[in-house]
Amino acid sequence: MLPPLEELKPVVEGLLPGVSLAIEGGALIVPAKDLAAVCRCLKEREQFALDYLADLTAVDYLPDPAAGGTGRMDVVYHLYSMAKKHGPLTLKVQLPRANPAVASVTPIWRGAEFQEREAYDLYGVTFEGHPDLRRILMWDGFEGHPMRKDYVVEDQNVLEERPQ
Amino acid sequence: MAVDEGLKGELQKQGVYLTTWDQLVNWGRGNSIWPLQFGLACCAIEMIATAASRYDIARFGSEIFRASPRQADLMIVAGTVTKKMAPQVVRLYNQMAEPKYIISMGACATSGGPFHKGYNVLKGIDRLIPVDVYIPGCPPTPQALLEGLMKLQEKIKQRSMGDEVGGKQGEYTVPEFGKTGLVPRYNPEVWQPPSNQAVTWTATVPPKASS
Repeated sequence: MLPPLEELKPVVEGLLPGVSLAIEGGALIVPAKDLAAVCRCLKEREQFALDYLADLTAVDYLPDPAAGGTGRMDVVYHLYSMAKKHGPLTLKVQLPRANPAVASVTPIWRGAEFQEREAYDLYGVTFEGHPDLRRILMWDGFEGHPMRKDYVVEDQNVLEERPQ
Repeated sequence: MAVDEGLKGELQKQGVYLTTWDQLVNWGRGNSIWPLQFGLACCAIEMIATAASRYDIARFGSEIFRASPRQADLMIVAGTVTKKMAPQVVRLYNQMAEPKYIISMGACATSGGPFHKGYNVLKGIDRLIPVDVYIPGCPPTPQALLEGLMKLQEKIKQRSMGDEVGGKQGEYTVPEFGKTGLVPRYNPEVWQPPSNQAVTWTATVPPKASS
């Protein structure tokens, strides 16, 4: 069994000097610069053996109109262990909304390739070190990232009118 | 050509059968509509159920689902038409031999359905190709699809030889992928947005003093 996050956090921090994690809800918040190191540790260390990336997606947080700010883009990872039959462990990376970029985990889990392409296509998150970062659902030449909350659909007006 | 029904019945008793070319041709066309084997979403599952033994579309002569548009008469647009799929649907329709018919099956194919406001879904296949019969439902039951097929047969049987069934014949514009969606967004020869003139409340408009 995977220990609870409160116990897991100091263990990972002990294994990786200089890395400081945080806990938010049921997720472990990883600094963007340490993501690759933390993921490699969680996959390769025998006590975690999180060898399966079940899910990778992004969450768009628009800036709060009351508090201001520039908003945030989170990338979420769900990890399981096929070897030890435990999981899930949720990792989150908090990125700026303007130009979100984070290290690719495709070199660690091969299955991340298409999921990172999807997050890039729909949310505009750049995954540095991805072998083939192209759009996967929308066509080449499409502009914008449609799952972003401020994306405006071309034909938003449901009651279309004939141009006069 | 009109034949007196009484005379026709009298002749039939004597073993003489009278008909017209229209009736003969429409009888043939209407009772062997071969659909294109082509499904896009969950409506396709209902279409498969319609073709299977319980509902048995073969009773209406339409059991031969052709995998090639060259051999099909009927395109059942069964499911959500995404903007990415729309050019292929139009291209398949263009490749079908005439006379050809379209059934728009379900809310998605008809109007975009629950995905109407989405960035990725075409708001009805009738924006690009002419639809003969619309079937409501999400998804429509096999009975509803059979009803739609019977409506199409009725429509075919009202036609005269050489008439077009369902608008303009020939090649339809295949849309291309643009920066924000399909270009063009609809084919104006087939579909146009409803005119806002039609809903103007004229009673509140004061009469013009002079013209």
